[in-house]
Amino acid sequence: MKITATRRNFVLGSAAAAGALGLVGPRAFAAEPLKVGFVYVGPIGDFGWTHGHDQGRKAIEAHFGDKVKTTFVENVAEGPDAERVIRQLASSGHGLVFSTSFGFMNPTLRVAKQFPKVKFEHATGYQTAPNLSVYNARFHEGRVVCGTIAGHVTKSGVVGYIGSFPIPEVVMGINAFTLAARKIRPDIKVKVVWANSWYDPGKEGDGAKALVDQGADIMCQHTDSPAPLQVAETRGIHGFGQASDMKAFAPNAQLTAILDVWDGYYIQRTQDVLDDTWKSQSIWWGLKEGMVKMAPYGPAVPENVRQEADAARDGIISGARHPFIGPIKDQKGVLRVAEGEILSEKEIATMDWYVEGVEA
Amino acid sequence: MPFRPGMSFRIEQRREMFRGLLYLSPVLAVAMTVLTGFVLFAAMGHDPVLALYHFGISPLLSLYGVSELLVKAAPLIMIGVGLAVGFRANVWNIGAEGQLTCGAIAAGVVALAFWEQEGVWVLPLMCLAGAFGGMAYAAIPAFLKTRFDVNEILTSLMLTYVATLFLGTLVYGPLKDPAGFNFPQSRMFTESALLPIVLAGTRLHFGAIIALMIAVAVWVLMTFTIIGFQIRVLGQAPAAARYAGFHRKRLIWTCLLMSGGFAGLAGTFEIAGPIGQLIPSITPGYGFTAIIVAFLGRLHPLGIVLSGLVVALSYIGGENAQVEVGLPQAVTGVFQGLLLFFLLASDFLVRYRIRLVGAVAG
Amino acid sequence: MSAESAVLIMLTVISAATPLLFAALGELVVEKSGVLNLGVEGMMLAGAVSGFAVTVTTGSAVLGILCAAAAGALLSLVFGILTLTLAANQVATGLALTIFGIGLSALVGSGFVGVPVVPLPKLAVPGVSDLPVIGPLLFGHDALIYLSILATAGVGWFLTRTRGGMILRAVGESDESAHSIGFSVIRVRYLAVLFGGAMSGLAGAFMSLSHTPMWAEEMTAGRGWIALALVVFSSWRPGRVLLGAYLFGGVTILQLHAQGAGGLGIPAQVLSMLPYLATIAVLTIIAAGPWRGRLDAPACLGKPFRPST
Repeated sequence: MKITATRRNFVLGSAAAAGALGLVGPRAFAAEPLKVGFVYVGPIGDFGWTHGHDQGRKAIEAHFGDKVKTTFVENVAEGPDAERVIRQLASSGHGLVFSTSFGFMNPTLRVAKQFPKVKFEHATGYQTAPNLSVYNARFHEGRVVCGTIAGHVTKSGVVGYIGSFPIPEVVMGINAFTLAARKIRPDIKVKVVWANSWYDPGKEGDGAKALVDQGADIMCQHTDSPAPLQVAETRGIHGFGQASDMKAFAPNAQLTAILDVWDGYYIQRTQDVLDDTWKSQSIWWGLKEGMVKMAPYGPAVPENVRQEADAARDGIISGARHPFIGPIKDQKGVLRVAEGEILSEKEIATMDWYVEGVEA
Repeated sequence: MPFRPGMSFRIEQRREMFRGLLYLSPVLAVAMTVLTGFVLFAAMGHDPVLALYHFGISPLLSLYGVSELLVKAAPLIMIGVGLAVGFRANVWNIGAEGQLTCGAIAAGVVALAFWEQEGVWVLPLMCLAGAFGGMAYAAIPAFLKTRFDVNEILTSLMLTYVATLFLGTLVYGPLKDPAGFNFPQSRMFTESALLPIVLAGTRLHFGAIIALMIAVAVWVLMTFTIIGFQIRVLGQAPAAARYAGFHRKRLIWTCLLMSGGFAGLAGTFEIAGPIGQLIPSITPGYGFTAIIVAFLGRLHPLGIVLSGLVVALSYIGGENAQVEVGLPQAVTGVFQGLLLFFLLASDFLVRYRIRLVGAVAG
Repeated sequence: MSAESAVLIMLTVISAATPLLFAALGELVVEKSGVLNLGVEGMMLAGAVSGFAVTVTTGSAVLGILCAAAAGALLSLVFGILTLTLAANQVATGLALTIFGIGLSALVGSGFVGVPVVPLPKLAVPGVSDLPVIGPLLFGHDALIYLSILATAGVGWFLTRTRGGMILRAVGESDESAHSIGFSVIRVRYLAVLFGGAMSGLAGAFMSLSHTPMWAEEMTAGRGWIALALVVFSSWRPGRVLLGAYLFGGVTILQLHAQGAGGLGIPAQVLSMLPYLATIAVLTIIAAGPWRGRLDAPACLGKPFRPST
């Protein structure tokens, strides 16, 4: 037993350990199936974020059959537990590990350094390593389509938006939506209520009710449960589904939904490991690549609006339209993006300010 | 009238504890859990032997596994020991979760204030700040309890939610990592703000050793000192404590500050140990789980060390069973609940004996 | 603010407060008998999933609600056997019950995720429900909301006006003397624990059938803990449980409204703290007032009882 006093020694020691472990590669025997591990932040039964990733896991199993074996660990807290779980997956013969929450970034990075032969994929983060890729979806592209529809469908001009936490992903979604909606109708106001949770059906629903009582007739959400959309249904207004098609919960109210589709990416990356062509990369895919899709339009979307929404979607896919093209003013009315200019990827990815029309 | 309807045996308090049963009862509890687990896992279509092996045994077979067990158990033990002191005096602090969070905030602010600065004093300063943060937060229920007689169950629990939200305002705002793409987390702490690793290649940090030392220290305090005696009397016979002239208020303050301080220190060790930065949620419910740990250890500091290890194993085993056997988390939760039920019920055998009495009779 | 929108806000408050009210009333009766069951969250989830599953499967909400109460009671029976018959520690057993309930409900509910359910029907009274203000406020709720109000009155009446209530309180205040004058302490406590479980089950059913008609894992999101705090807030009096539940629900909804209105320049996290801080503040004001000294918990709360021969 070696007792040391500093982290530097820790890194050296672990590098040695990892070297030894590296001898046992993920696929020591060709006949053995590739083990693919998933680390989830929530329960697979949340019908939101984690549920979506678990659909992707099932798609891998369906696509590869006996060649692949998948494992998942649910409800892993974003703290000290995450590193242990990721390490456990890496050390038990998994060749590819997906960690699907931002809070898993530093733990994934630490484990990736210790297990150079194992490939890691971290969702929504920004740290990469030779054996660690990051991937995320351009959900905000879907918000452009939603905003276009909302601009036409709203009568009151007030949109309610249930947010989870003010992280860049949510902020850019609110902004993309608002810009698209105000392009149709410049007086639209977007009122944001923060649930301070990704997942608390009761609070999401209560927030939605509060927004309806303040005049909102369109409900948007960046939280995981169908509760806000259910409120829209019972109050006779309209809204958008989140992460999956929530039509079953709001057959009349749902105008469309932004779908998280991880299947294609997960299958491709698994194939890359099987073919030994996996390379570290940083992926931010959207409507074009099919990581974000729109659910079929609901009955409340008139034909002409459908065409405009399709045009918005096709414009983003072809590159003719950009969610963040100037002129863009912020909440105080200051011009942040000049006419014709386009925000850079980094400016979008780190967004922490709201556009004009947002009340948050 | 010692009988209850429909039961033809009777239960009597043991006049003296049998040492043998004291040790036998947990063994019996584990045997019952294994049996129930066997049936449960088999019913869910998993190999029960393999599942039980990965739940309870395989995490203990490697040095790394044992080190992780200690990392997970350390905060539970430290908080549990502090809470137990209060529980003995009937002081119901159930807000250790919030005190942990406040301790971590205070220590985190110190770590970030001296970011990238060398100095052996940074870590001790963090520990002081962390313990003080936890104590200061526990002082609110203590003040309200002693000044206005406001029940500490409500105040300490409600303040837990407030603490989490307060941490949120900080990591989304002033303590946000300037180079962190506006994500809610602080900078990673630098070398001088991180706990030394005790065992190379693992995450076993010095805080885990301190946790064990605290358990021993509290045992000494409770067993051999006047204040320990007073706390025990206050819990068992409040009237006697009054006659004896103990200062009830001072004891309440002592209990809450001690449990808050240990929780704050536990929070400090989490951020200066395995986490290494401030993030929106520091604890996966350690403050609440420690309450189970305290009672499972029969409020005895050394018993709490043992129960802390058992409960930590049940969490790690649950993760392990998900990875190795594919048990859904729901099943591991049910199993963990059953384990706790059996362990709690096994106390019964120590304290009571069952005698068959033929017919239902008084 | 128009009267109409004020009424709408009130309706939201009522809906947010009802699960807290059910669970807290049940726990109040349990605690009055001298037992502390911290497993409210677990029992609520058991009720939520069984109420939902049975309603979806059979199409009968009545059956669903009954099963929810039964499921809550069943889980509380486990607690009862452990703490009352086997004299296990109540605090730890309650917490273990929550862990158990979360797992069990997830297991049972795995087939019901993403399945819609018809929400509980509103019991509209023709003519009267259409009256302005009074109509929607007093008439047109679903059955569980009326039941929660009735239960408040019922529990209050039972505890103060009936012999059974007197026995229950005697058992909670002094188990030894209740025992010595011939009451079965354990039996009374079993009944109280079962009632508490059933009420938690109803709270869960209200969540999954009315408040947010769906099943999702851990959907109660900590409301069981708030209910426990509200019992303390109420100083063990049913009327004050109602007050506490509506106060907590009310402040929660108002802070959401404040956020929607632009947040008044206050960060959302700070606004979200308000329900918790308000509850502490109000209890402190009550405690500092002329009522002090009458806030005490039942004397035997949390202590195991075993009759000596």
